[in-house]
This record gives sequence, structure tokens and C-alpha cells, in this order.
Amino acid sequence: MPNIANDVQRLSLAGLLCCLLSIICPTTGITAPEVQLEDQKYTLTAGHSSLQNWLLPPQNKYPSRNSVKYAKLSLGEKLFFDPGLSSNGNLACSSCHNPQLGWSDSKKTAIGFRGMILQRATPTLINISYNPVQNWDGRNETLEDQALEPILNPEEMNMHIPTLLKTLSQNSNYKDAFKRAFPKRGITAGTVAEAIATFERTIISNNSRFDEWIVGDKEALTPRQIQGFAVFLDPEKGNCAGCHSPPNFTDSSFHNIGLASKTPDMGRFKHLPLRSMWGAFKTPTLRNINETAPYFHDGSAANLLEVIKHYQKGGIDKTNLSPEIKPLQLNDNEVIALKDFLTTLTGTVKRFTTNPQIRTSN
Amino acid sequence: MTLKRPILHYALYILASVLFQHTASAEEYTVDQKNKKFSIETLNAQVGDTVHFLNSDRFFHNIYSISEAKSFDLGSYPKGKSRSITVDKPGTIEVRCAIHPGMKMKIIVSD
Repeated sequence: MPNIANDVQRLSLAGLLCCLLSIICPTTGITAPEVQLEDQKYTLTAGHSSLQNWLLPPQNKYPSRNSVKYAKLSLGEKLFFDPGLSSNGNLACSSCHNPQLGWSDSKKTAIGFRGMILQRATPTLINISYNPVQNWDGRNETLEDQALEPILNPEEMNMHIPTLLKTLSQNSNYKDAFKRAFPKRGITAGTVAEAIATFERTIISNNSRFDEWIVGDKEALTPRQIQGFAVFLDPEKGNCAGCHSPPNFTDSSFHNIGLASKTPDMGRFKHLPLRSMWGAFKTPTLRNINETAPYFHDGSAANLLEVIKHYQKGGIDKTNLSPEIKPLQLNDNEVIALKDFLTTLTGTVKRFTTNPQIRTSN
Repeated sequence: MTLKRPILHYALYILASVLFQHTASAEEYTVDQKNKKFSIETLNAQVGDTVHFLNSDRFFHNIYSISEAKSFDLGSYPKGKSRSITVDKPGTIEVRCAIHPGMKMKIIVSD
């Protein structure tokens, strides 16, 4: 049995030693670390031009078929937080995607209708609009496609469309809000989905200490965190950036990472029955990772050290393991540095009302 | 009897010419996979042409299609390897990478 407490103690001592060394050693005159990734070389100094592909675009794009406007966002936010969208009035979208818990729920796996324990962890909604496909298994391409699914799922909010539309139509506040947001269409399943999807596109984290360092703040990261970034990038070390790629720390790729889940979950294979997709799940973003524990689609890793330990082993259940998953050879210092780096990726999601461009959008 | 052999030879010549002409006109295309993108978004091909999917990335790719015009799964393969298909009927083949959902291209196959 792995002794996590001993591991944490040992790694903490290694981290302390690493930290002391970084204080003792003079930083002046030391060449900035560089990491070569095929035809791209990263120079790990604050603001360096080679790092700029890690910055998220300043403003997320809204699709032309569902353009942004303030009234639609206000409506989407109201719907998102309303437990009246569930059949028993107890569950809102925000019950699982809680802004106070990294737009997730801090549970190993989600709790659904009438306390039902669901099979998978609640994925965070942070930066979700940058994903080309949604859900752990990629079964929906767009947020509009995805938005109604948990509302109608019998295991989640268990609502029915006629009941939903009737409930909303009987509420004068909603009637007015839909009229402002969708003057020609009113209350339909489609407009409910579009309003929620538009709100979800505003859940953006792009102002972490890492982002500040990328734009030039030398004090934003410690030397050990920069060392951790080097481990993160280096194909011979962590090789994390292969999938957790810039700028959103994910390429939304599907991999079977060898989790030892007690309940087999086919994952992507259910929707794309190709051999490599059996047990494969979408790579999640690492942004705001401090807030989104536990980790993995089955919530089996309680903290970041457990995640790193999993990858150090190269997975546990090797059935249909992704060929990208190989045991890592990180020493204790590198593990601590990597963990420390990951803690710098958490920013603050600002409410859309703070965005002057959105405030004036009609 | 003497006339039959030249006629047979001529018929065989015509048949061989048709077959040879078809084989000679079949093209071979290479679509590269680099930086998790296909090198071409739309490829125009004809029935009988062959398309090679080269992987130039340091990541595995898994090219597939579930289109009516052609359904295939080339499996996962690493950098430097190439796998191929021959297009055998007209239509549009939507090609994807199962691992990287952002990778999309199509092959428009004509007669």
C-alpha cells in the first residue's frame, strides 16, 4: 500500500531543501533555463517572446449563431443558478458547477437527482469555451448542445422540456428576460440552451501568476516554480505539455491514462467505438487547478502529488493504455517543483458585468 | 482460323490499355500531420487514388473516418510512420484524429 503521508513528508523536506538552495544561490549571472520541444525552444524568463503562445486570447469569441449580448448573459446567469430548472426544485447547474469550488463540486464523483452518486467527477467549467468538444467523453461539440443535457438527464436534474417551458412561461421575470434576450423567439428549449451557453463562455481564467510572469512580471514565479515549468515542458521529464498544451493547458485530446477505477468506464469509446478510445477521456485544463480537486475523471486523485505519482508510475491498469503514458523518472526535487508550478495556474474568474464591452453589448 | 488470333490479340490489347490507363492515372497524395493539424484542409481526389497520412508530430495520431463514402480506422501510430487508404467510391470523406478532436480535414472523391 502506498503511504501518501510519508511521501508528502519526504517530498516536503526535499522541497524545503530546494527552496533553501534557491535562496542561498545567487540568481544573478545564471543563464535562464531553456527547453527544446522539436522545432520550438522556450526560454524561461519572464515576458520572453518564446512564451507568448501560453497567453489566452484577451477576449473569448462568441459564435455568430449565438452572439453575445448583455440581456442574454443576464438570463443565462439566472438560469444557471436556478434550482427551478430541476424537476424537484433542488438542483441547479451551479449545484455541481459551483463558482466557490472552481466551478466544480469538490466531490470524488458528482451527486445527482435525489442524492444519486454518479459515475464521473464534475468537470470544471473554467475556460470551457476553448474546448473543441465538451464532457469527459466529448459527446457534445458545442456548449449549446451540452447545456440542456444535464437538465434533462434523469440522473441529474431530471427535468422535461414541456414542464421546463411551462415553468419559465409562468414566471413574469423570465418572460421579460427572454423577451429582452430573444425578442423574436421567446422561451424555447433552444433559447434556454443558448442563454446558458453564452453565460458559460464568460467563465474565463486568464490572470494567474503564471499569466503575469508570461507578460513580464519577474516576481510572479519563484525560481522553483520556473524549474517546475521546465519539468512540465521537458519531453524527457514531465512531458505534461504534450497534452496540457498552450494556451489553455489542454488540447482536449483523448487518452486512456491507466486509472485503476473499480467501475469500468468505456469513456470516449461509447461515442466513438475505435480501439484506442476504450477507457479514454478528455484531457482537462489545468487552469485554476488549485480549486478543482479531486482530480481525474473518476476523482481518484485527492491532490496534485497523487496525480504526479500516478504519472510517475506510468499508470496502474495498463489495459489499452495510451502509448503516450510512460513511467516518469522525476526526482523528489522535480516533483516538488512541478507541483509548485501547477499552483501558479489559478486566476480569478471575473463576473461578466465587470467587462465594459459586454455591458454595452445589445 | 488465321483471322481469329489477330482479333484476340487486338481485344487483349484494348483490355490491357484500359487497365493500364486506369492504373497510370491513379494519383498518390501525402497528407502530413504536424502540430496537431493536417497539412491540407480539403483534398480533391479521384476514385482509385491513394492517400498517405504521415505523422510528423512527436505525438501519436489515430486517423479515422465514419463517412458513408469510406469508413476506416488507421489505429494509433507514432512520428515517422505513415498509413494509407485508397478511395474507392465518389463522395466526401470527413477525416478526423480520434485522439485530437481539433484535427479535421475532408477528401472530396470524384469519378
